Amino acid sequence: MFYAAQYAAAQETPLLSGGVGFFTSTPGGNTTYMPIIEPLLAAPIGNHLLVESRAVLLESFSPKGNGQPGYTNSGFVGLSYLEGDYMVSPHVTVVGGSFLLPFGTYNERLSPIWISNFQDGPLIGGIGLMSTGVGVGGMLRGSAISHRKFSIDYATWFSARSGNEHFNSRRSTGGRVSLYLPEKRLEIGASYGRLLQGTQENFYGTHVWWEPANTAFRLRSEYARGAHAQGYWIEADYRTQAFGGLNSWVGRFEPVFRMQQTFRIDNIASDGAPPVNTQRADFGLDYNLPHNVRILTSYARQFSSSGNENVWETGIVYRFLFPTWKGK
Amino acid sequence: MKHLGKSIATILMTAALPVALMASRAQQPRDQKPPESTPPANADRGQQVFEQNCARCHNAPEGFSPRISGTIAMHMRVRAGLSNADYQALRRFLNP
Repeated sequence: MFYAAQYAAAQETPLLSGGVGFFTSTPGGNTTYMPIIEPLLAAPIGNHLLVESRAVLLESFSPKGNGQPGYTNSGFVGLSYLEGDYMVSPHVTVVGGSFLLPFGTYNERLSPIWISNFQDGPLIGGIGLMSTGVGVGGMLRGSAISHRKFSIDYATWFSARSGNEHFNSRRSTGGRVSLYLPEKRLEIGASYGRLLQGTQENFYGTHVWWEPANTAFRLRSEYARGAHAQGYWIEADYRTQAFGGLNSWVGRFEPVFRMQQTFRIDNIASDGAPPVNTQRADFGLDYNLPHNVRILTSYARQFSSSGNENVWETGIVYRFLFPTWKGK
Repeated sequence: MKHLGKSIATILMTAALPVALMASRAQQPRDQKPPESTPPANADRGQQVFEQNCARCHNAPEGFSPRISGTIAMHMRVRAGLSNADYQALRRFLNP
């Protein structure tokens, strides 16, 4: 009865969330500065419909190069996605509009600046994402099976071709299915995508996530293969609870490591992967300050036949989350 | 990797707190002690859902208005592919 009363009190006031950040990146000795805002709006309409959207506003200041003093700047404002989610049944949600393609895990789950451990996405981030990472069309998704010992969720999409500046997409189809074992804290998934315009291509992906119970250790990995390139990334992060818990000053440190490799199958670079075989190791140290503020620092060493380079990155991100109005 | 996992689990065995407890603590004053009575089973379930779905991708935000708890649960239902039962449990958990 008590919990029934709590349930009745839950409110669906639209929310405004997102991140505000300031990043610096120094690949090969040239530092670029980038202030960025990623707001997210989620607005329920009734009990079954949710409209949500994420946008990005950024300005980038880079050295002019060629020995010239000063910086050049460029800005970008755009919608990452704008979708309506209609919960048809306990197992099916129909998504319509412009949505993030559910290929692998990074694009949908780890790309927001207040979530990702590193400032840079993985090198294989473009494989399977049809150039834009976004689909314009429809998607069916939901929980296929939910059992005490395992659960299976799925997402399958069809996207039309769109040349609109804010809703740019390519004609494609695909899907993802994931098996999660709660007792093992293990998730294994597979993704498939097919580009349906121009030279039609297939993309395949797998992912494995593991978070041992009662630890703050996380291991995430993905492999993706397209017609012209393939690669993988493995990322591990950890926070100790041994010195006063996760909210102690020591527990707020979060060492992060990521290893990644890409392999070019041919010279047709249509998938966003590096044009030559590349290996990269990222060493990061993040710090989770109170009040939803996070400091990201990392050093990466990248090896390829086009030249090796060091990449130093720093950033600070504030995550906000509040109702859009007072509500009931 | 298996060896690494075992080592970490062993080191933290005595000191570890569930990750989701961090989320619930984040909404309370840090000195506040957890309730001594055993929480109802459905509250545990909501905590499990949070721990096994939301907290796997991101840190729990440090508190938020109860006015948006239902909206957050709806968002997570879609994004994490929650079953209806898990969605309801999460709603209860997010609305203390």
